[in-house]
Amino acid sequence: MSDVLSIVLKRLGLGLITLLVISILIFFAVELLPGDIAQAVLGQGATEENLKALREQLGLNQPAIFRYLEWLGGAVQGDFGVSLISGRSVAETIGPRFAATLFLASYAAVIAVPIAILLGIIVALLRDSIFDRVANVLTLTSISSPEFFLGYVLILYLAVKNPWFPALANVNFQDIGTVELYYRTFLPALTMVLVVVAHMMRMTRASIINLLASPYIEMARLKGTPAWKVIVKHALPNAWAPIINVVALNLAYLITGVVLVEVVFVYPGIGQLLVDSVTKRDFPVVQACCLIFAATFILLNLAADVGAILTNPRLRHPK
Amino acid sequence: MSDKYRDDLIDRMAVEAKRGRLSRRDFMHYAMAAGVTASAAGGLWTSKAALAAPKRGGTFRLGTHDGNTSDTHDPGTYLSFSIIQLAHTYRSYLTQITPTNELGPDAAASWSATDDATEWTFKLQKGASFHSGKPFTADDAIASLNHHRGEKSTSAAKALLKDVTDIVKDDEHTITVKLATGNADLPWLMTDYHLAMCPANSDGTIDWQSGDGTGPYKIVHNEFGVGTKLERHDGWHGEGAYFDAVEMTVLNDPNARQTALVTGEVDGITQLELKTLSLLQRNPNILVDNVPSGAAITMPMFCDVAPFDNVDVRMALKLAIDREDIIKKITFDTAIPGNDFHISPNMPYWPDLPQRTYDPDKAKFHLKKAGQENLTVDLSTADSVYSGAVDMCVLYAEHAKAAGININVNREPNDGYYSEVWLKKPFCMVQWGARPTPDVMLSLAYKDDAAWNESHWQNERFNELLLQAKAELDQEKRAEMYREMAQLARDDGGTIIPMFTNFVYARAKNVAHGENLAASWQMDGARACSRWWFDS
Repeated sequence: MSDVLSIVLKRLGLGLITLLVISILIFFAVELLPGDIAQAVLGQGATEENLKALREQLGLNQPAIFRYLEWLGGAVQGDFGVSLISGRSVAETIGPRFAATLFLASYAAVIAVPIAILLGIIVALLRDSIFDRVANVLTLTSISSPEFFLGYVLILYLAVKNPWFPALANVNFQDIGTVELYYRTFLPALTMVLVVVAHMMRMTRASIINLLASPYIEMARLKGTPAWKVIVKHALPNAWAPIINVVALNLAYLITGVVLVEVVFVYPGIGQLLVDSVTKRDFPVVQACCLIFAATFILLNLAADVGAILTNPRLRHPK
Repeated sequence: MSDKYRDDLIDRMAVEAKRGRLSRRDFMHYAMAAGVTASAAGGLWTSKAALAAPKRGGTFRLGTHDGNTSDTHDPGTYLSFSIIQLAHTYRSYLTQITPTNELGPDAAASWSATDDATEWTFKLQKGASFHSGKPFTADDAIASLNHHRGEKSTSAAKALLKDVTDIVKDDEHTITVKLATGNADLPWLMTDYHLAMCPANSDGTIDWQSGDGTGPYKIVHNEFGVGTKLERHDGWHGEGAYFDAVEMTVLNDPNARQTALVTGEVDGITQLELKTLSLLQRNPNILVDNVPSGAAITMPMFCDVAPFDNVDVRMALKLAIDREDIIKKITFDTAIPGNDFHISPNMPYWPDLPQRTYDPDKAKFHLKKAGQENLTVDLSTADSVYSGAVDMCVLYAEHAKAAGININVNREPNDGYYSEVWLKKPFCMVQWGARPTPDVMLSLAYKDDAAWNESHWQNERFNELLLQAKAELDQEKRAEMYREMAQLARDDGGTIIPMFTNFVYARAKNVAHGENLAASWQMDGARACSRWWFDS
């Protein structure tokens, strides 16, 4: 186990360096965008005079490198600064929105992951049957449609034509009960489930089928083990590594790639916050959102690698 | 026609009128057509059909477009449509534009000017108070206006108040605004959405951060870019505020907005998608308000660049556009034709000049006079200017072919259109929001030395009149000046104004409003929350 621990520590250290590089990239990418925060805030009402006053007030007169170092100095101490526009602390601005995104992502993941793996196993078992074909066609169709389109289709059939679910998921976490919360956010969660299931299901299917030609599987069959047991007991343990990788990638997607779902269902998540902040060139908020996304990918990738190692003794003892 | 049938008809019309779908004029017209005498029809209107008295109660849920997480309470940086709707609900202004597009009192009860219009005195409402309970006084009004003045001010309304030299307190409820040059429109300028009244701090700045205001509703819970809950402010100085509470939700996606209204999750929405307008109108539970406004589409031509430096070429291009066709095909009948001067019928001092119509033969005549037969011009546009802008220019190019003009439509990138194309390319397409008075609009984009003189038009007589009219308090003389200026812009100016676009928004059928809707902003001048009510 100490091997695993040292891998984790090494990867976390590398992760921190990655975050630093990303923060530099993001800062200068925002700098490269045409126009600055003062122009974005004042819009059509911008004149030379009030632009100058606003830039002075926001401290935009200092050179970019100086502003970056100032931000970095705060960030290493855990202070991500204040939003340039609202003046609220970044943590306070992002906190509730990120919590909302995490909630929706977990809601979708709890439905999607078991369904995908179970379906993957079943279609591997019944491969080339009608069931296999239908499941493949349906999941591939849903992954091939853009998520806003899936969202619209679900709204049309499950909210407008049959008023079973609300079309808006504009939840306010303070004043609704848990059941109501799950009910109101069901359609966006379902949209995300449909988007991610296909990828995970097909990876499960492919990695299991890949192993079915191995000699030890043939051995298991020859000794008379039932087909489902061959797959679950013999094939699946060796197939975990690629499946875990794909699951981790999709979990990261559920957190970082759902802006369109948020817009369609009016869900107050972090994606919309990021888009608004980029439009207004509100650098501290953009930076914090991007670092959260980057950290999500780093941590989930790390989790995937650790998972793969734990499920495969050969990787635990490299020669 | 039997009496029974006629009575049924009148009853049905009365129901429609009560819901605001039939105007008094139409009601009289149809009633007389059904055989009722004029005086009897007038009586029927008052007894049966006149709008029901407003009722109090209920929570009005409004879905608004263009809301951002980055919106703030600072009135100097108000920009998005959502915040403009909210601003008129929790804050108030010195004056307001009424549903009939006249100037009315809000936080100021009355106002008067010196003869040269260089000093304006505003008497404030005596009973007005902030949501915190603090009374509204002259100090608050002065600090609120000064927020947009001075070197340190970051306000977008700074240019609007640049002629103000001083604001003094006469007594607790009277202020005087002093101007460098006379401006008869100053009370109209006070309706600008930036100039909201906020509580003053002791050092003369304002406390905008708290979100306090003197408006009809006070904020209970607010998250910018998501939504706001408000409840009635009992000490409000105005008339209305019939709803007990208001919930505004930011619904940026047009489909989300319309679905929310169709499924009954909100009671009203701003900005409909015009392409699906006819489908939404078929829904019996939804009422669409299609309100002509002062917002315009313009096509400025640089008057100092060939071939637009020739007035006959400009005239030919004005005659070669079929406005009716564009309004029908591009806007789905949600616009009114422009007449090549920038005063809409919904603005004060609108002169009723003959409407310019599509006339390719006359256009050819002018081209011949200019020696520019087979004229070819480039027209720049982008879809971000107006939904369907590129299609509109292509349609215009088709119209112009009949006059022998070849228009190349250049589609420019959406991003940066107003910094890279507008004021840079000699012939392009622009959208303008509504401005309260002709002077504001013409000084901004038609005055000889204005930074935004988008057509580079220089006309001595026009500019002379513009300055005279600005300080003229005699309404009749002033109207006559604007008529002459409109005529000059129409026949000599460098801007084609194909149309003024309507505000198109919708409400559930149980939401009622008065007979007229203000043309200054969407949702009855952004004051739907305090002017409208639940019918049942």
